[in-house]
Amino acid sequence: MGFKVEVDYDKCESNAVCMAIAPEIFEVRDDDFLYVLNDTPDDSERPRVQEAVDRCPKQAISIAEL
Amino acid sequence: MAGVRAAQAMRRAGFDGVITVVGDETHTPYDRPPLSKAFLVADDPSTAVRPVVPDLDSLGLEWRRGRSAVSLDAATLAVTLDDGEVLAADGVVLACGATARRLPGTEDLAGVHVLRTLDDAIGLRADLDASPRRVVVIGAGFIGAEVAASCRTRGLDVTVVEALSLPLGRVLPPDLGRWCADLHRAHGTELRLGVGVDGLDADGSGRVHAVRLADGTVIAADVVVVGIGVIPNTQWLDGSGLTIDNGVVCDATTLAAPGIVAAGDVARWRNPLFGESMRLEHWENAVDMGVHAGTRLLAADGDAEEFAPVPWFWSDQYDRKIQLAGRCDAGDSVELIEGTFDDARFVALIGRAERLKGVFGVNRPAVVNRWRQHIADGISWDDALQLSSG
Ligand SMILES: Cc1cc2nc3c(=O)[nH]c(=O)nc-3n(C[C@H](O)[C@H](O)[C@H](O)COP(=O)(O)OP(=O)(O)OC[C@H]3O[C@@H](n4cnc5c(N)ncnc54)[C@H](O)[C@@H]3O)c2cc1C
Ligand code: SF4
Repeated sequence: MGFKVEVDYDKCESNAVCMAIAPEIFEVRDDDFLYVLNDTPDDSERPRVQEAVDRCPKQAISIAEL
Repeated sequence: MAGVRAAQAMRRAGFDGVITVVGDETHTPYDRPPLSKAFLVADDPSTAVRPVVPDLDSLGLEWRRGRSAVSLDAATLAVTLDDGEVLAADGVVLACGATARRLPGTEDLAGVHVLRTLDDAIGLRADLDASPRRVVVIGAGFIGAEVAASCRTRGLDVTVVEALSLPLGRVLPPDLGRWCADLHRAHGTELRLGVGVDGLDADGSGRVHAVRLADGTVIAADVVVVGIGVIPNTQWLDGSGLTIDNGVVCDATTLAAPGIVAAGDVARWRNPLFGESMRLEHWENAVDMGVHAGTRLLAADGDAEEFAPVPWFWSDQYDRKIQLAGRCDAGDSVELIEGTFDDARFVALIGRAERLKGVFGVNRPAVVNRWRQHIADGISWDDALQLSSG
């Protein structure tokens, strides 16, 4: 079963915590916006995405099962 | 906060025994950072309140909400509650946080607030909604600064009174403290630095109406917010057998005694990465240390890992997102590596004794993260400066 990374951009404040955990998936660029580089990562990335979900100070990230 | 994270970590690790959570607040455990920010400015403050974790209801926790723990026996792991109930346990997580310090003698004055709990925030918000003529914030720490910024965003007149000569003078080197002071002034917040508060004056109805300063100045104010730091909640642990020293003292793995771990604002431990005893009042530390402590409680002593984070903290003030990773003391060296103090965004390195200790960034989160990793790697100050110029 794969999963999809969803970000609620109304909540996200671009503090780049997620980027520190999984830079191949989350990137905060110089324009101060967060870009999800890969919203359907391999299942092996699940623990790191879960860590980003847990440590996002705004609870802006969620995992949707596909 | 740290307590729920510990419980969540234990559940995820497969622990299916009973977990009882004792908390003296009656609300569903909520996140504190929005209380000084969105909660004070949003049209609907309830949008700023969220449970500490989204899956709170599915963790299978037994609650003792609105109840206080009044004593712990570290030898038997028995916790006694205020109504006499005694909880017997195989393990105890101490995540009892800290209490905001008040100005002695002002506890009963209407219009005088501290800001730690949701109830505090509800009370403050109601007073701000009543369009006060002036808000005085006592203490230019992070909470005071955020409250001042929120008040300015609402168009209220604000004065911040700080006994030290610069905001955050005990934590930040003078260059950074000056920058904080300028940020306030640029947004129309009045600053009274280097002067203490003598007392508060009340009107006939018991409501504050002025703040008297040590230099004789009197500032008219109908709302006063006291942000002069916190005291770790360890009083109830007197006589427990645990070592208390401005927090619950634990070892590098977060263990305070056999079967007892501590996490969050209340916990003091020796961070092996810095070789320094620390107690942090940071959201991320409550999350990470909570998880670590929960995991530690389930681990065999031989498998216990040390808790060795690079501390990380953010503060939103006006239109600036301030982030501080690592350690910072007033006497440290500061080196700007991106932008200037006049820019909307800049990054400064903090060093001492030939070592990179910290990084202070404004509106530069990704850069702060990169440097946080360098701090974890323990690079020297010279290498840091070289890296920043190359
Ligand atoms: C207004 C505000 C804004 C903040 N903003 C930021 C920010 O922008 N960035 C950041 O990094 N950090 C911020 N923080 C700090 C962060 O919220 C704290 O570090 C975090 O809440 C600490 O979690 P904790 O679990 O250790 O303690 P707490 O969240 O304080 O939880 C401890 C709980 O235990 C209860 N308790 C205590 N003693 C007992 C007892 N004997 N019996 C029963 N219950 C008891 C307390 O009432 C409390 O509910 C902010 C804090 C506040 C107050
Ligand atoms: S951690 Fe959360 S708030 Fe921060 S950039 Fe990522 S999604 Fe946004």
